[in-house]
Amino acid sequence: MHDVSAPAVHHGPPQSFISKYVFSLDHKVIGKQYYALALVAVFTGMVLSWLMRLHLGYPDLKIPGLHLLSKIGAPGDVMTPEYYLQLMTMHGTIMVFFVLTTAPFAAFGNFFLPIQVGAEDMPFPRFNMMSFWVTFVAFLVLIAAFFVGDGPPLSGWTAYAPLSAVGAVAGPGQGLGQILWAASIGIFCIGQLLGSLNFITTTLDMRTKGMSLMRLPLSAWAWFITSCMGLTAFAVLMPACILLILDHVAGTSFFIPSGLVINDQLQPHSGGSTLLWQHLFWFFGHPEVYIAIVPGMGIVSHVLITNMRRPLLSYKVMIASMTSIAFLSYMVYGHHMFVSGMNPTSSLVFSFPTLVITIPATIITLIWIGSLYGSRLRINAASLFALGFISMFVAGGVSGFFLAQPSIDIMLHATYFVVGHFHLVMAVAAIFGIFAGTYFWFPKMTGRMMNETLGKIHFWFSFVGAYCIFMPFHYLGIMGNVRRYAQFVDDYMQPVLGVHKFITIAALTTGAAQLIFLYNLIYSRFWGAKAPDNPWEGTSLEWSTTSPPPWDNFGGKHLVVHHDPYQYGMKSSTGDYIMQTSPEPSPTGE
Amino acid sequence: MAKLFAVTIILIAIASAVPIVRGTWTQPVDISTHGHSIDEQFHETMWEAGLAFLAAQIVLGLFIWTSAGRGPDAQIKRFPGGATGLVLAAVFLVGTEVIALGIFGVNAWAQVYFAPPGPDAMPIQVQAGQFAFYFRYPGPDGKFGPIHPDKIDEANLNFFGLDYDEPATKDDIVTAEMAIPVNREIHLLMHSKDLGHSFYVRELRVQQDFVPGLDVSLHFTATKVGRYEIVCTQLCGLGHYNMKTYLEVMSQQDFDGWLKKEAAMQ
Repeated sequence: MHDVSAPAVHHGPPQSFISKYVFSLDHKVIGKQYYALALVAVFTGMVLSWLMRLHLGYPDLKIPGLHLLSKIGAPGDVMTPEYYLQLMTMHGTIMVFFVLTTAPFAAFGNFFLPIQVGAEDMPFPRFNMMSFWVTFVAFLVLIAAFFVGDGPPLSGWTAYAPLSAVGAVAGPGQGLGQILWAASIGIFCIGQLLGSLNFITTTLDMRTKGMSLMRLPLSAWAWFITSCMGLTAFAVLMPACILLILDHVAGTSFFIPSGLVINDQLQPHSGGSTLLWQHLFWFFGHPEVYIAIVPGMGIVSHVLITNMRRPLLSYKVMIASMTSIAFLSYMVYGHHMFVSGMNPTSSLVFSFPTLVITIPATIITLIWIGSLYGSRLRINAASLFALGFISMFVAGGVSGFFLAQPSIDIMLHATYFVVGHFHLVMAVAAIFGIFAGTYFWFPKMTGRMMNETLGKIHFWFSFVGAYCIFMPFHYLGIMGNVRRYAQFVDDYMQPVLGVHKFITIAALTTGAAQLIFLYNLIYSRFWGAKAPDNPWEGTSLEWSTTSPPPWDNFGGKHLVVHHDPYQYGMKSSTGDYIMQTSPEPSPTGE
Repeated sequence: MAKLFAVTIILIAIASAVPIVRGTWTQPVDISTHGHSIDEQFHETMWEAGLAFLAAQIVLGLFIWTSAGRGPDAQIKRFPGGATGLVLAAVFLVGTEVIALGIFGVNAWAQVYFAPPGPDAMPIQVQAGQFAFYFRYPGPDGKFGPIHPDKIDEANLNFFGLDYDEPATKDDIVTAEMAIPVNREIHLLMHSKDLGHSFYVRELRVQQDFVPGLDVSLHFTATKVGRYEIVCTQLCGLGHYNMKTYLEVMSQQDFDGWLKKEAAMQ
């Protein structure tokens, strides 16, 4: 047992509107700001995906008002191929960086990590405030690409060089648009580095008395592990973005080799390496996949345990498995590059840890499912989304087995199989984790309950809809349907264009159902039923304070932790659980 | 609601497997000598991943069905074997699968990348550029003339930047479609003019990126006469979706005639 007692906060209560709601030092406000940013981003990204799906399903369709978004990209309201790619680039970038990274990690982590460890705030509140505002600026810089020059870049969220490095000569958006993209992502990295530092120090140094590492909730462990990944991954992407900008503006050739002839113009570059960008990008990119999903694993574990009324079969195995995934995530990135021209022996070397990483992922899944057995499962919107997360994680995870093998990747690389795989395992699963966290923690964050009926309706549309959208992608990929095409003009693809129409209809329906969530969120925020302090009969420290918590989290009290985080399933004075702060002895002695 | 959810999970899992089992949407026919090992690896993986998918979803559904709605006094049951059993199962089952797939996968990969092309392999150069492929055959001398990027002039059909005064270049044959003789090994020399592109022929079980600044090579043998699409799979700009051409696999006799005709048109 350690003897750390929670240090006092470094700042007093906010004195003005600006210091309370805008440039706030309070981790809870910063968490909400991140959540609001992610919400704006996710609906922006979703609208872009609607436009893309409409174009793929019905390439000649006039989308009323589209020319208002881009005169060049949509003459007569019909989308051009280049505008499709520009929307695709922005969809991927917004979703990966400003939704999947910010919501499960920065939003929920900011709000709940200090509370779950029993601290009054993070150790560096000004860095924390800066982290959000830097991320906000990054978002504005990215969105600005829509409104300057010939629009956003069309090189995809992976921005492969030399397409991303040679400038406007390579196509619309590849000049100023691409520079703004790289600047945005570079700025975003700064925000996440500051956030990661705060998360790590909060976990290691700010725990209250009795809160040993092995008494942290699994959500706190997940944020801690994720912040360790973030610290190393974003530290690589940021300099890569700087080098990319230099290739544009300073005449350098980090990613551009000699002798390239684009649009009949011999390019004035020499000595660069296109594969260097891929190595740097994916050294960040694959840990990023786990930065998106590991917080979801922690949130889902936390939500499920509370709703199963029992601890997981093994707390330590969960931590070990999440840590193994984080460790292995740096050794697997080369599986994105099997057919890139990288040394083929490297492909085999990268393949093995990619296959091995399925072992801890399987262990985590089996622990969840095994813990469900014989539990007292409570069905509510939060637990439905947590269970849906498991289903999606399995569905998307098994297709990873194919893509981990270089020989099979020869067929499946750059096809819709990859799109189906990563959307299920990384995007849909992670978003289900965000929904589970939202329905679960909303009462604590706002002091009001969300509407359960609307939450369940939202779940059904999302669960069935996600399968209807993303499972057919796998079949199309197996056939050899290439991704990142603005239209499918291959002779080979003509017989299956109906599948794309089906996916488009499913995507529009599922997307529209998200408005139910948005309505529920906004309505409940102002007019929802008042939330009790502990509506779900939880045990961890966030349930030991008021809903919402006061500015210093615990009203000046310094909590003492007596138990591990998941004392459920026994008879106690409170029912079937003992809170971490309760001095009541536990039958398990933990 | 829990029971409905459990049934939905199981039905979705089964429905997802039906097109795979029925072969509704499946891989195109294989026309290469190496493709069968890729396909075998794929089918092996499909069995293992498919069973894991179905088993996990069905058990998840069953446990949701049985555990929801149990009253507050119901006994919490422990999964037989506990965490240790599940960890051992995961390590043993997935570990075996990982090792098996890893080892067998090496063979399929090695056939494509580790075995060098035979001495009789026919060299063909392919150049990718926004948004077209061009092919070059070395002509009777068997040699490709050098490429001069500064001489590229598409308006005058000099796609490769060739200097036809150079002896090795004089008999080179440049085409917009690729023709190859059936059952003859091809040594494909890949060169990008401008950006990243890729060479993907589904039926050949071949996909390889072009790397600007780096010459990459591939070798393969086509076993069935026919016409197949060559498409670009590496995002290369606004016309990426339309960057395609055709591979014509011919009898040796037809190929000789085609090459003669193309040479006459240079």
